[in-house]
Amino acid sequence: MSFINDLQKVLRQNIREYGMFIALFLIMAIFTATTGGVFISPRNISNLLNQTGYIAVLAVGMTLVIVIRHIDLSVGFLAGFLGAIAAIALVSWGLPVYIVIPLVLALGALAGCITAFPVAQLGIPSFVASLAGWLIYRGAILLVTLKTGTIIIPDKAFNAIGNGYIPDIPGLNFLPELHKLTLLLGLVALVLFIINEINSRKNKMAYNFEVLSPGMFALKLIFMSALVALITWVLAGYNGLSWTVVIVLIVVGVYHFITTQTVLGRHIYAMGGNPEAAQLSGINVKRIIYVVFGSMGMLSALSGILFASRLQSATTTAGTLFELDAIAAAYVGGVSAAGGVGKVTGSIIGALVMLSLTSGMNLMGIDISLQYIVRGAVLVAAVIFDVATRTSGK
Amino acid sequence: MDTPILEMKNITKEFPGVKALSNVSFSVAEGEIHGLVGENGAGKSTLMKVLSGVYPHGSYTGEILFNGVTQKFSSIRDSEKAGIAIIYQELALIPEMTVYENIFLGNEIKKGLRIDWNETIKRAGDVLKKVRLNVNTETTVKDLGVGKQQLVEIAKALSKDVKLLILDEPTAALNEDDSENLLNLLRELREHGVTCILISHKLKEVIEIADTVTVLRDGKTISTLDSKTGEVSEAILIKNMVGREINNIYPKREKREFGEVVLEVRNWKAYNPSLGRAVLKGVNFNVRRGEIVGIAGLMGSGRTELALSIFGNPLGYQIEGEIFVNNARKYFTHPRDAIEAGVAYVTEDRKGNGLVLIQDVKQNITLANLREISRGVVVNDNLEVKVANEYKSALNIKTPTVEQIVVKLSGGNQQKVSVAKWLFVKPDVLILDEPTRGIDVGAKFEIYTIMNRLVSQGMSIIMISSELLEILGMSDRIYIVSSGRIAGELPIEEATQEKIMQMATN
Repeated sequence: MSFINDLQKVLRQNIREYGMFIALFLIMAIFTATTGGVFISPRNISNLLNQTGYIAVLAVGMTLVIVIRHIDLSVGFLAGFLGAIAAIALVSWGLPVYIVIPLVLALGALAGCITAFPVAQLGIPSFVASLAGWLIYRGAILLVTLKTGTIIIPDKAFNAIGNGYIPDIPGLNFLPELHKLTLLLGLVALVLFIINEINSRKNKMAYNFEVLSPGMFALKLIFMSALVALITWVLAGYNGLSWTVVIVLIVVGVYHFITTQTVLGRHIYAMGGNPEAAQLSGINVKRIIYVVFGSMGMLSALSGILFASRLQSATTTAGTLFELDAIAAAYVGGVSAAGGVGKVTGSIIGALVMLSLTSGMNLMGIDISLQYIVRGAVLVAAVIFDVATRTSGK
Repeated sequence: MDTPILEMKNITKEFPGVKALSNVSFSVAEGEIHGLVGENGAGKSTLMKVLSGVYPHGSYTGEILFNGVTQKFSSIRDSEKAGIAIIYQELALIPEMTVYENIFLGNEIKKGLRIDWNETIKRAGDVLKKVRLNVNTETTVKDLGVGKQQLVEIAKALSKDVKLLILDEPTAALNEDDSENLLNLLRELREHGVTCILISHKLKEVIEIADTVTVLRDGKTISTLDSKTGEVSEAILIKNMVGREINNIYPKREKREFGEVVLEVRNWKAYNPSLGRAVLKGVNFNVRRGEIVGIAGLMGSGRTELALSIFGNPLGYQIEGEIFVNNARKYFTHPRDAIEAGVAYVTEDRKGNGLVLIQDVKQNITLANLREISRGVVVNDNLEVKVANEYKSALNIKTPTVEQIVVKLSGGNQQKVSVAKWLFVKPDVLILDEPTRGIDVGAKFEIYTIMNRLVSQGMSIIMISSELLEILGMSDRIYIVSSGRIAGELPIEEATQEKIMQMATN
């Protein structure tokens, strides 16, 4: 009985944190049921994750932008434009892929700083500054693809980023239909996760902080482990981990580390929570704006690379509406428009929720018109849920 | 002339934990100028908010009679309808709108569904003549000086056929000429039968113009003095305003020898470009090691501007003057520079620009000095918790854990977090701006005890405060700021409430 009580208490207290996982889980369960299991099939999940990639990296950057109470509307067409630049660099200039990628990422960071300039120096609202960027980069894509139209990218290494999978360990013959390296990585991740959780619980207990009761802790471990194991199993059943997923995991890992563990992360969240207090605490608020927008620009470039690579070409309409998908993912993932609140991991879950909806409804054959309406309703519901639980939570 | 237009009887207004007004009676005769004076926090503003319906009927006890009729205002609109207009220190004009748009804002002259702009402009011109303001009605308000903006406010009130005009510190932001003009206008309005309540810290002008003066202190009516019987003088007013007893909430501190001068500010001037006026006009002061220097002054005298402009000037004033820390000339272009030089500033507005309310206690405490708990760029969470817990016990911050978000703490504990944050940067000079505002007596005592401990360890403290008793109870030396200047300096042995008040109101 106390177990049930514990469960209720934990859920009530952490409804914000777990809500998004539960929502994702429910959405996946519903689509699995309505599509007769097709949704959860390895092939579909693998596709779903690869499609989420280019929005997910944008959502990560957008999280920080919204945390410091700004917005960046230019990221979609910036991604498209830089994707086209990458294609031109590969095809027309003949540059090798290992030069093109860092070059384009650097250009992205530069573009982000240019957007940040009027915001930081002149106090221009970022909505306006980045709307100007939206128009400019939209024009820029058309400009650079004017003569060629869609640019086909023949570079195999580049295209592997959006379409390829990590190689398997050679010479293993058991379980022929499963990807062994993926299984191994999943297992390593699982073990690391459990060790980390146990350590952090021990640490907290050493400081006499409140920790989950043993029952709840075990339940959490089992739930999260099951999730990781499931995803690993599903992915291993279809070509294994894609390079896109690897890149997204690295980006999320790095940004999660920066936001939760570093001085820079602290400064970003303090500025979002109270810009005046942050400034009076000696934080260089202008520098934070440059850093956050610069990182957003760099991730836009990454998004553009992922998208161009996935299509194996740069198109004239690449990047259309990416910015709104990214913003929606961030809000669904629990980022607060009031600033100072929001997790990178939350936004990734938000992106997965939105893409799962699209994918699931596509499989069910639901008309695109209804899809938009459903996604809009989910966005509003998520934000209402977030606001409602913020006041009652801890 | 002597029939009261306004009678407020036995008004009591309580806030959680404080009695802001207790049994106040206040009566204003028709056609007079009635001065209302008192220290900061004496209850003047609260009384006027009760009168104007900002605090609606039912949230206070007592009775309000206006024109002999009991009034139950539930909003400002109600009191305006009855003919009462308040002009606040913070002007309520829309800077981007023209003079005539502002005058008739909320009271538009309509022809059918449309606004009759021609009639509006004509009537605006008429009412501007009444206040002797000679500007084009189509001027944008932001292009006018503060003095003229004040007149536009009065014109706005007059356009609504006001019977009782309340002015809250109308001359605080004005220069001498503008102040004189305003006082003359009030005299003229009096001749035209407009009754006026004048709230002011400037006792000279109150004595000069008011027919009757009421003194409030600690939410009580102390006296109502009539100028016709000749009993209104500065000395009497000050005595009535300050006559509080020093009680023993100030912990004893052993007299110590002070060290060398740690911070010195010379000929410090600041110009606020957004207000278009100088806020500091040549301030000199210093603080020695181990000393508590009190900076007294009334609201709007430039105390906080002084502190902020020294502390890296985050508001972007145009600045002249010199800062010396340990006899070395310093240039602070950002709060960070000041922090690095060993100066810390605990703001008067802990919720507005002091704390990040949505973050927890430990994050707030370490925010200004994350380097101290980091290895490279990585914050050491465990060390952070340890540091936060040290301050939690040293300052007796009452919170279940240091992972509690700050918004959930009481005012006194929030203030302690704010102080802890700045102690953690290990400053030589700690500037405390209104360190005990809005916190209870117990927490005040604790803050004072902490201050004593810090100076005994060799820190220097600059304490800005509106509370005279706090200034007298805690300081070793006192500077009095008035209108952006140092109006006087008193060693604690010579300081009295009367002397300080006299300098501050000059």
